[in-house]
Parts: sequence; C-alpha cells; structure tokens
Amino acid sequence: MRVSRGTRLSLRVVALGYLFVLLGVPIGVILWRTFEPGLSEFIASISTPAAKSALNLSLLIVAITVPVNVVFGVATALALVRGRFRGRGLLQAVVDLPFAVSPIVVGVSLIMLWGVNGWFGALDRAGFQVIFGIPGMVLATIFVTLPFVVREVEPVLHEIGQEQEQAASTLGANGWQTFWRITLPAIRWGLTYGVVLTVARALGEFGAVIMVSSGFPGVSQTLTLLVHSRYIDDHNTYGAYAAATLLMGIALVVLLLMTLLDRKRSDR
Amino acid sequence: MTSDTDQQRRGTRPETDAAPLPPRPGLDASDGVRPRGGDAAGRGEGSGGAPRPARHGKGLRGLRRPLGIGIVTLWLSVIVLLPLAALTVAAFDEGLAGFWEAVTAPAALASLWVTVLASAVVALVNAVLGTLVAWVLVRDEFRGKRFVNAVIDLPFALPTIVASIVLLSLYGPNSPIGVELNATRWGLVVALLFVTLPFVVRSVQPVLIEADREVEEAAASLGATTGTTFRRIVLPTLAPAILSGTGLAFARAIGEYGSVVLIGGNIPRETQVTSQYIQQQIEIDRPLNAAAVSVALLAIAFVTLLLLRVVSSRSQRREERDA
Repeated sequence: MRVSRGTRLSLRVVALGYLFVLLGVPIGVILWRTFEPGLSEFIASISTPAAKSALNLSLLIVAITVPVNVVFGVATALALVRGRFRGRGLLQAVVDLPFAVSPIVVGVSLIMLWGVNGWFGALDRAGFQVIFGIPGMVLATIFVTLPFVVREVEPVLHEIGQEQEQAASTLGANGWQTFWRITLPAIRWGLTYGVVLTVARALGEFGAVIMVSSGFPGVSQTLTLLVHSRYIDDHNTYGAYAAATLLMGIALVVLLLMTLLDRKRSDR
Repeated sequence: MTSDTDQQRRGTRPETDAAPLPPRPGLDASDGVRPRGGDAAGRGEGSGGAPRPARHGKGLRGLRRPLGIGIVTLWLSVIVLLPLAALTVAAFDEGLAGFWEAVTAPAALASLWVTVLASAVVALVNAVLGTLVAWVLVRDEFRGKRFVNAVIDLPFALPTIVASIVLLSLYGPNSPIGVELNATRWGLVVALLFVTLPFVVRSVQPVLIEADREVEEAAASLGATTGTTFRRIVLPTLAPAILSGTGLAFARAIGEYGSVVLIGGNIPRETQVTSQYIQQQIEIDRPLNAAAVSVALLAIAFVTLLLLRVVSSRSQRREERDA
C-alpha cells in the first residue's frame, strides 16, 4: 500500500502519541515521584521490615512454584507431544484453561476446594491451613502459571522429533540418560523462556493471591499485596510508589531477558 | 522477523490456543512433518522385528504409559479441574433457582453490565489503535523503532497492581496534569487499555509482515486509491488477526482485577466490575453469590473464546479452499 508522506507521518504521530500517553507518561510520572525525594528515601522505603518480609515471601513462592512447574510442565509437554492416548485433546484444553480464568475466580475456586467449608475442608479442620496460609498462595500461583512451561516446551519437542532419542537408546542409553543428554539440552531455551515467564507472573500475581491470603504485613504479604495495602490501608502513597517501582524494575529485567532469550531461541 | 512472530505467539497464546496462529516461517514445515516422520520410522522398524521397548528409554517411555499420563492427569486435575469443579458445584448449591437468583441480583447484573461495557469499548479501541500501531511498527521506518517494539510487551511483564499504581500516579488524586479519572468509568477503560495493549498489536504484526505487498502494488497501479486498497486488500488479510487479538483483549478485560482495583473506585452500579463484586461477596461471606457470579463470568469468557475458535477455523478453511 503506497501511503503519502503526510499520511504516514500522521499515522506515526498517532501511534507513538497513543503509546506515549498510555505507557510513557504514567511510567515517567511514577519514576519521577519515586526518585524525587532522593535515592536514600527509596531505599529506606523498600527495606522496611514489612517490605523485606514481603520480598522474602514473594521469592519463597517463586522458589516453590518454579521447580514444581518445571517438573510437571516438562512431563505434561512430553505426554502431550509423545503420548498417543484418548483424551489428549481434553488435556490440551485443560492446560490452557488457567489463561481464560479471571484471577479472582481462581481465588474463589481454591476457597471452594480447600477452604474450611470446601471439599477438602477436613484438611483445614485437622490443622493444615491452606487458605489464608502460604500453601494457598502457592496453589494459586501454580494455577495461574501452569501453562507457561508446557506451552514453551511443547513446540520445541515437536520440532526436534524423536530420531536423536531413538538413536541414543539404540546405542544403549537408558531412559534417564537419554533425557539428560539429548532431550533436556534440546529443550533448554524453550524451558528457560517458560521459567522466565513463570517467574514474572509468580512475582506479579495479585488477584488470585489476595483472595487466599490473610494479608498480614510481615507474615502473609507478597510484594504485590504490599503495594496494595500501603496504598489502601496505610495511605502511604509514597511507599506504594516505591514498592511498585521495585516490582517494575524486576519486570524490566524480565522483559530484557525475554528479548535476549527470544533472539537465542531464533538463532537455534 | 522470527522474533516478531515469537512475540506474537507469546502475545496471543496467554489466553487460549483458539487464536489462529499465523504461519510461522521456517517452523511450520518441520512442525508437522518431522515428528510424524520420526514416528513412522519408529513404527516401521518396530514391525520389522526389533522389540519396541528396547528402542525407547524408560524415562521417556514412562510418559507414554498409563502411569505417566495418569500422573500428569492427576496433577492437572488437582491444580486446575478440582477447584473449578468445586466452584461450579458451590454455584448450584441451592439449585438452578439459587444460581439464577444470585446472578440476577441487581448489584451483580450492574457489575456484569459495567464489565462488559468497559471491555467492549476497550476491545474496539484496541482493534483500531492496535492495528494502527502494528502498521506503523511494520511499514514505517523511524529511529527508536526497536525500542518502541520492545516496549509494547511491557504491560504483559508488569504486575497488574503496578499498572494500577502507575495510572493512579498520573490520573489519580493530585494528578500532575489535572485529569482525575479515578473512580470513573473512564478510569476503568484507561486501565484496561493499558493491560490489553499487546494483544492486537502482537497478533496483527506478523500477518502484516507476511502480507503480499505485490497485490497492494497491483491494486494501486490499477488505479485504486489508498483508501480502496486498504479496504479491499489490506483489511481482509488482517481481519482474522485483528478479530482474534480483539477477542483475546476482550476476554482478558472481562476478568481483569489487579489493574482496576485501585483506579476503579469500586462504586457499586457505577464502576464496580464483576471481579470486584465477587471479591466483595467473599468478604461479606456470601460464597454462593461469589461462586454463581464467577461461573457466569467464566461462561462469558468461554463463549468469547469459543466464538473466536469457530470464526478462526472457518476463515482458515476458506483460506485453504482459496489456496
């Protein structure tokens, strides 16, 4: 389509203007508001005991979610790609389900299953608290991050085929040797990409986690819950800005990693 | 180019596999053919007398066996299916009448109306401006284009609550530009536009890159004006991608919570979206209401994604017929 210079320039201005108003200005303002009182103020605000414990809790949840998702995600991807069984299509649909479910609905569903009056309420009554405890927050995070590893590893498994694995086992490698030496190296970038997405979402999840957390500062507050409670409960607007900027910094690192990994994957 | 298509994949997939994935150059050929080729080879050799188990390792074979599949199924059930089943059962705790009563409560209906209205506006704006942004990113050349291209993904990387705070710092109380949108429906729309920005851009971009420009040139040389060329040539090519991006943005906006929780203001019948209503019902200990409205919200999202899948498979079939 040949577009006159004038049209092209005005389209460019509209597109960039839209992005600037929607993304650029708000992010600029929050950065300005965070760093205007000085760097030391920012550091003081994100190193209060509540903030530190929130960071620790967020990292703890990530540390549990990632290995679990890697193990079960790779297993699910292998089953979906290599398995020939009835109901595979159904399993595919189930893997995508978490993306279609609102975070709040995830929280309500977990309460209906694991809460005191839920199907597994006996656990709670026996003293193992899931809802309003860390297990509930981990379950919520695993729910929302479940598809990432599966969906990043699956296409790679499709692409590499099975010849190499078959060759390895013909040469006498056992199942685990084949997996460690052939399959895992082949899927490593896809897997890493899935892990990066999982970490980003696990750190940033809010809706599902707030539903199943008791939200006590210093006990069961993640970084996202800290941002919320500082703004709503403490009317500590600056503290909320500072914590949000910290999360934004993490998100930027993730974005950078995503871009780099993307290049790495396409080099393959 | 590959990086663009990859980003697109990331862009559309987060919601469903219903989206028609535009052809991925280089990948598609091997996608379909190679694994099948490998399989066929395996089967051929198997029937040739070599016992199959000897050819496959135990670890991988396990996942093809009932035990491995059983473990995967059990895992998905406990994490995903059982909670949703418990939710559905709770929604119909007092029968169909109880469910209907909960969903049609005035406050619930009002929240559903606000949600659908705001999401529809957001989807439409996305359809127009998202396509425009994609066009500029593909067909235009300017300094800093790569940077702008990378920034598009920011709303996906940014936690939703941070999106909320970021927008509040600009449009909230003491707004530095004097525009206070908090606790208005416009605030909702801005927040939802922020978080759904990548969907349409990332689904249109790869199609635009692949689009045959010669056809456009031909139309122009036959005397078609720019407008006609756009309407008759470019738009039909992009339509499936625009539609799928718009649908995904709509589905995302329907369930959004984190980004609207602070800027929306949670005013019943005015700016309270369904996810906020559900959360409120849990807080005041009305689990039946919360579960019933959750099921209604899920149903809206599923119907949207189902429609998308039907439309995309239909347009795919038409494409195959034309080819």
